[in-house]
Parts: sequence; C-alpha cells; structure tokens
Amino acid sequence: MTYLAKPKFRHPELKKNALGFTHRDYEGSISTLCAGCGHDSISSAIIQACFELNIEPHRVAKLSGIGCSSKTPDYLLGQSHGFNSVHGRMPSVLTGANLANKDLIYMGVSGDGDSASIGLGQFVHCVRRGVNMVYITENNGVYGLTKGQFSATADKGSKSKAGGTNSDSPIDLVGMAMMIGATFVARSFSGDKTQLVPLIMAAIAHKGPAFIDVISPCVAFNNHAGSTKSFDFVREHNEAVNRLDFISPREQIKVDYEPGTTEAVTLHDGSVIMLAKLHKDYDPHDRVSAMNYMHSRAAAGELVTGLIYMDPNPGDLHASMNTTDVPLNRLGAKELCPGSSALEKINASLR
Amino acid sequence: MSKPIKAVNDFVVKFANVNGSGSASANELFARAILRMGVPVATRNIFPSNIQGLPTWYEVRVSGKGWIGRRGGVDLMVAMNPQTWDKDVTSLDAGGYLFYDSSKPMPESKFRPDIHVIGMPLTEICNRTYQDPRQRQLFKNIIYVGALTYLLDMELETVEALIQQQYASKQALLDSNIKAVRMGHDYARENLSGICALKVARADAVGNRIFVNGNDAAALGSVYGGATVAAWYPITPSTSLAEAFMKYCRKLRVDPVTKKNNFAIVQAEDEISAIGTVIGAGWNGARAFTATSGPGISLMQEFLGLAYFAEVPAVIFNVQRGGPSTGMPTRTQQADILLCAYASHGDTKHVLLFPEDPRELFEFAAQSFDLAERLQTPIFVMEDLDIGMNDWLCAPFAWDDSKAYDRGKLMSHEDLEAGKTFGRYLDVDGDAIPYRTLPGTHPTKGAYFTRGTSRDRFAKYSEEGSVYVDNMQRLVRKFETAKSLVPAPIKRNAKERARHGVIYFGSTAAAMSEALVALEADGLHLDTLRLRAFPFSDEVIEFVNAHDQVFVVEQNRDAQMRMLLVNECAIDPARFISILHYDGTPITARFITSAIAERLRMKTKEAAE
Repeated sequence: MTYLAKPKFRHPELKKNALGFTHRDYEGSISTLCAGCGHDSISSAIIQACFELNIEPHRVAKLSGIGCSSKTPDYLLGQSHGFNSVHGRMPSVLTGANLANKDLIYMGVSGDGDSASIGLGQFVHCVRRGVNMVYITENNGVYGLTKGQFSATADKGSKSKAGGTNSDSPIDLVGMAMMIGATFVARSFSGDKTQLVPLIMAAIAHKGPAFIDVISPCVAFNNHAGSTKSFDFVREHNEAVNRLDFISPREQIKVDYEPGTTEAVTLHDGSVIMLAKLHKDYDPHDRVSAMNYMHSRAAAGELVTGLIYMDPNPGDLHASMNTTDVPLNRLGAKELCPGSSALEKINASLR
Repeated sequence: MSKPIKAVNDFVVKFANVNGSGSASANELFARAILRMGVPVATRNIFPSNIQGLPTWYEVRVSGKGWIGRRGGVDLMVAMNPQTWDKDVTSLDAGGYLFYDSSKPMPESKFRPDIHVIGMPLTEICNRTYQDPRQRQLFKNIIYVGALTYLLDMELETVEALIQQQYASKQALLDSNIKAVRMGHDYARENLSGICALKVARADAVGNRIFVNGNDAAALGSVYGGATVAAWYPITPSTSLAEAFMKYCRKLRVDPVTKKNNFAIVQAEDEISAIGTVIGAGWNGARAFTATSGPGISLMQEFLGLAYFAEVPAVIFNVQRGGPSTGMPTRTQQADILLCAYASHGDTKHVLLFPEDPRELFEFAAQSFDLAERLQTPIFVMEDLDIGMNDWLCAPFAWDDSKAYDRGKLMSHEDLEAGKTFGRYLDVDGDAIPYRTLPGTHPTKGAYFTRGTSRDRFAKYSEEGSVYVDNMQRLVRKFETAKSLVPAPIKRNAKERARHGVIYFGSTAAAMSEALVALEADGLHLDTLRLRAFPFSDEVIEFVNAHDQVFVVEQNRDAQMRMLLVNECAIDPARFISILHYDGTPITARFITSAIAERLRMKTKEAAE
C-alpha cells in the first residue's frame, strides 16, 4: 500500500469510452490493502467492466459490509455513492436502497467472512427475494483484517499460516446461491481478468440477482502451501467450463466463432453474451445439471469457474412487488398523500 | 349480602373468555353498541401469547364522563371461562354482578356472599338450538350479548343495526346473528328481569370521536406522512401495525391508472434485516420505517448506531411490551425508554416521540418522517401495547392539505451545478445539520462514501482525534437543534397554586387526566407536564424548578424516564418522586390517585411533625 495521494494528472491520450470517460473516471481512492492482494485485481476488473459498458459512474451505488473486501468500494468508482455498512448486513441495506430507487445499478461487494459467516442469513434472504444486483464475494477463506483466522469458506483440511488445520466443512456460496434462486451465478479467480471482466459485465447487464464468487488469495495470510485458496492451488485446480465475451447493444459481433462451440445469449437490454463452451456437455441454463456438475467436480477437488448458471429472462423484487415505474424516492405528496377528504371517509368508518 | 351496585353510564364490564372461542367479535359488538348509544367506552384486551385455549379477557369501561383510561375493579363479570372462575369471581367489586353459564349446577362455595349472581343456561340453550358444535360455541357469545342488552337496558335495535352493518353482504350470517341476539334478549326479559341495577342510558357524549387502535393509526399516519418502504419482522404487539400499513396501502396507494404500487413492503428474515432495509432506503431518499417491539430493538442496536453516526433518516415504531427478554409479550409497559434513548454502542442519543393516544400517534407517525429527514437520524415513535392493540375513543384524525413534506437538507443537481460546496458532514447553516446528496444526483459532483467509521467534514476517512471530536460535537449540537423541532411538552396548571408537579407521558395520559380530577376533588392540587418527546426542551427544566417536588408517573420498574430527566437535565434526583406501575396491565386512575394522595399526605404529616 502507499500513503501517496493519487495524482490528478492523466495522460491526454488516455482511451475514452462512448461517454467520453477515461478509465481514470472509474477509479476511486488509492487502495490501502496489501501489495498483491487479489481484491485489488477484482476492483480493477469492476472498473474495467464499468468503463467497457459505458456506465455513467453516478448511476452505480456500491455497498459493502465490513472486512478487507468491504473496504474496496472506496477504491473504485469515486463518482459513485458508496455505503460501507455493518458487518454481514450489506444485503439488507442494498435491498432497501434498491427499493428506494429501481433505476440505479446496485453493486454489493462482500467477503467470505461477511457473507458466509456473520452475514450468511442476509446473503441468502437477499438472493431469494430476487433483488436486482451484482453481488460479488471476494473469497479468500480467511479473516485478513484480524490476521488469519479461518473463515466459513475454508476447505476442510486446509492449513492456516499459523499451522492449524481447518476441521469444519466449507460453505459453498455458489451452490447456495443456485439453490435459493440466484438467476446469474458465476465463479472466477482474481488472477484471471480475461474471465472475470466479461462475467462482471454480464452480471451488470443481468436484471435480477447476480452472484459472482471470486476466489481472491490473501497474500498476507492464505497464500502458503497447504492452503486451498492460494494462487498456486487455484491455478492448478481451476476448471473453467466456458469463456465469455460480452458484447454491448449496438456493438458489432466481430469475431468469428467456430460453429457448435459457441452459444450467443441475448440479454434483456439487447447485449449479447458469446459463450465459448470449454466442456461440450455443460449447459449453464439447466440449474439442476449445473449443480450436479459442480458437486461432482468439487468432490474431485476441482474448482469450477466461469458462468455456471444463467436465466436469460429473470424477474426481480420490484416485479414481484408490482412497484410503480417511477423510483419510489421520486414520488411526492401528490402520489403519496391521500389527502383530507379520504381521511374524512376513514374517520366516518371508525365511528 | 352487599347492596347491589347501582350505576348509570359508569361501570366496568369484564368478559372472561377462552382464547379462540370467537368471543372477541361479540364483545366488540357489545362495546360498539354502547358507543352508538352516545355513551363513551374504554376497552382493553387482555390476552395471552396463544392462539387457542388460554384465558383471555375483555374489559369494557362504560363512562358517561368520557374517561378512557382503565378504571380498575369490575362491576359485572361475564364469566365464560371455567379455568379462571375463581380469580374472576374474586376480582368483582362487592355488590357487583356475576353473569355465568348456569347449564351445570355450581356448588355454593364457588360463589361469594357479597355479589349478585345472574345465571343463564347458555350451553343448554345453544345445544337445544344448534347442531353444529362450532355454531354452538360462536352463537353462545352472541346470545350473551343479547342477554346483556336486556340486563343493562341497552337498545336492542342499536345492536341489531350494528349486526346488519357488519353482515350487510352475508344474508345467512345476518339472519342467524339477529336470531341469536334476540334469543338472548328474550330469555333475559323472561327470566332475569330486575336483577341488574347497572344501566346504559342514551346520551350525547361521544360526538364526532372515532374508535380506533393505535397500530392502525400509526400505519395510516405513515401513509399520510409519505412512507414508501416498510420492512418488518412479525412480533407482538407490532405485527398489526405492519399489516395495517399493507391494508391502507392497498386501499390508498395503488396508482389508479397503472395499477402499480406506490409502496414496497418487505417482511424481512429478522429485525436486523428490517432495520438494514429501512436504513438503505432512507440513505437512498425513500421515507422508510420499521415496526417492532423491545426484543426487535435489542437486535437492531448495531444498525441504530450506524444510522446515528452516518446520519441516515429512519423511523422506528416501538410498540412496547413487558420485558426484559420475552417478558410479558402480550402485556403493556413503557420499559424501553433508556434502550431507545441511548441505543447502540458508543456515545449516542436518539429522538423519541411519546404519543398519548391513536389520534396523536397518527400525527406523530406522519411527523416522524419529516423529523427523520430534517434531522437525518433515527426517530423512535414510542407506542405501547395498550395504545397499539386496544381500540381507543379519540378525536378524529385530521390532515392539513396545504402542508408539504419536509424533505430536509438535500443538495440537488442544480445546487451542485451552481458550484455550491458539498461537504457531507459540513455544518453550513449553524444548526449542525449537514447537507446530503442522494445516489445518482450528479455525474461528477456530490458523490460521497457513507461509513460507520470516523471521517472528516467531507466524508473522508479519518481517525484523527480532533476530526472525530469535531464530528461528535456537531452531533451533540444537532441534538440541541432537535429540541426546537420535536413536539413540545404540554403544561397544565392547577386551579390553585401547586407546590407539586406531575410529569407523565404516553398511554398514561388517559388515566392521569382522570386521576387529577379525583385528586383535585380531594383538595390535592398539582400542575402537570405531559412529555411528548425526547430531547427535553428547557420548558421541562423550568417546570421541575418551579415546584418543590415533581411526581414522575411511568409504566416500568426502574423509573427510566426519571433517570433520563435526572441525566439529561442535570436535576437533583431528590426533586423527583416516582410513581411506578409495571404489572403489565394499563395504569389506572385509581392507582395514580391513591399513590399520589398517599405520598402527599405523608409529606403533610412529615411537615407537621
């Protein structure tokens, strides 16, 4: 980490996106995480995804809980409102924010302690309600800020830096998200930006509960031999089921894909996900078979990554609540207050 | 035998029933019929944490003078529950009446020599008339209402008119209920004539008042106050508030053209999630509330500290019940005052409102959303079970259509464009309330990072001691500002110069008003101050200073309001005398009168010695 303030200077020929923003317009404060932390790579992938998607930064609200991962929203999208809330309770804050204004993009950034331990309840309930959001866990299997205790996603038998062995079963957030109704589920690796960036782009375009579990090694406390969340271990056991290209609406599909190996999935807003199949039988639209596949590979000690499941026509909480099209926070007394004559009628009914 | 109690429009009828037996609607019919005769009633439901089988009571105080507090004592017991027979018989005042089901003979030892017994073979009549066991049960209730109508000289046609109104669209039910009520009335006329000297006489003492419970009033006030997001978790006695909000929203908040909802209600997985959702919505500019009770407030502590420190508007209805722990979940208390005033870890202070009845609760509910946004902080509306779940006779709800919502200090896109300096925690106006921006306001200006961690005036993270202190001091000053915005206390002077004062608040008001009249008749004069909010204004300190001693009447064991007064106003504790009532039943005028009279006499005696 560095104590230097980020210089305001930018290269005059820095690439601009369709809105005229440069990459720098999507950055935040300088990270205070450890040098080499996987989380910083994820922040940079989020920045890249928003830049590529031509999102106006102020149309994003970024929310988090407490922990190393939850600090990261400060290090990206400096023009967006952020809310670093309470440990394990980001999902409820995000739910409320989303209810207040359905027009913004809600990005929840959390960690394995924040989402699998203290916040497991809020994580599952937020997903099962179908809140339209991108929920990212930066999963390193360890409590970083308190220096190296196992988290609930640590694999059974994995070793801590201090030498202990984890004897508890791990919580698989991906499996859980699938089970309780997430309509976009992916897993990725902080060290694989080519996989991660299009996944984030697709998750943002997805109008429903999208969950991405990103394995993000903790260089300070969980990157040693015997850890199952280290850079080396993940590289060796990473089994990507597909590769994604995200193509925005109006963008031309330039690359020629070999027939039979690629599926084009058109999303609600007209964007297209080109899905290159790495496993010919893997179908990311079949929730049950996807779950079976995941479990069988996990039993074999492999870590499935890529787009694991997606429903191309998701619903969300606002749809199931039939809320008005205008964001609730923009309604005024005219729409909200029934007035004195209606109150007179109510009074009469109470006599 | 004691002389039978004789009274017109001034007595208490108590119904002892079994929970789940369908007695509630019959008993309510009885109370409403008296109201329709122009005679005020005060009703109290005394119920267990149970759906079926445990004892439940319904008290109807008939009061031509319009006293709506609980009086205490019972003049007529309608004893329909064998489980509680002994206790019910004991609770009757001497000379009172015991109405009971005489189908099975009762040994003489089960009665009291000083009461008057009115037996009616209800089960026998029902078994003779109805085949279906459920009907036998349900109509038994309506039959006794018919009998009471005769016994108390009530208007049968008024009772029938209410039944007609209730079952207007269900002819079969209408006919059978009318039949049952007449059956009871006829039986009483033929067999029970001249026994009961309690009478209801038509009067004109109800006026345009309405009969409504507090949870309904709070829900309706929230609709009028512009709440759009509600998140809650079921807990007695607040559940009916959230459900009433749903009911009123469906009626009043569905867009007539699009048929879409101008509201969002989430039944959360727990109270923590409920308050989190409210804070998220408040942060993003929607008026949001949760409804809960003491255990829920305990769970919300961490989030309440965040909302205080990060300055996020939120409204919390706390329908207080008997604590600690599960305590007495279906009984009333005012025992969460300190829990709410200082909720969460670290130095915090919160705004509390104390409504006296459903009408004021409606007003405070609506106002709480203005206060929350103006002050950017949680506002607690301190109901209790007595107000929340009982029907109260109160002044009609009123709304001024010219009044606009106060959305507080929001910096708009135009403000930012015009180059106004935005510091999220910067005190620009000298009232210690900073400006805020909502997410999505402006592409390049006004974004900030909300956190529960210390930060400077421009929302930048800082654990610098001076920066932290600067912010904490501003929060204290903001609380000072709150004093001028919250409802002021209401002062009432005694007819004669009084050396003693009384401070009270919330649901105690009804019993207090009555107690004061009784004390005055006894030559005991007291000035009163009804607290309506915390923080306390200077008027409260002046009131205490203007009297030798001040009684503080409250419904908890530890004199929590007194502690708050001592603490916040720096008043010598010896200036206060606590009158405490905390057995879970609503405080009564009799209790207050005798407690205060006794202490005042003791004082006079001490002075004489």
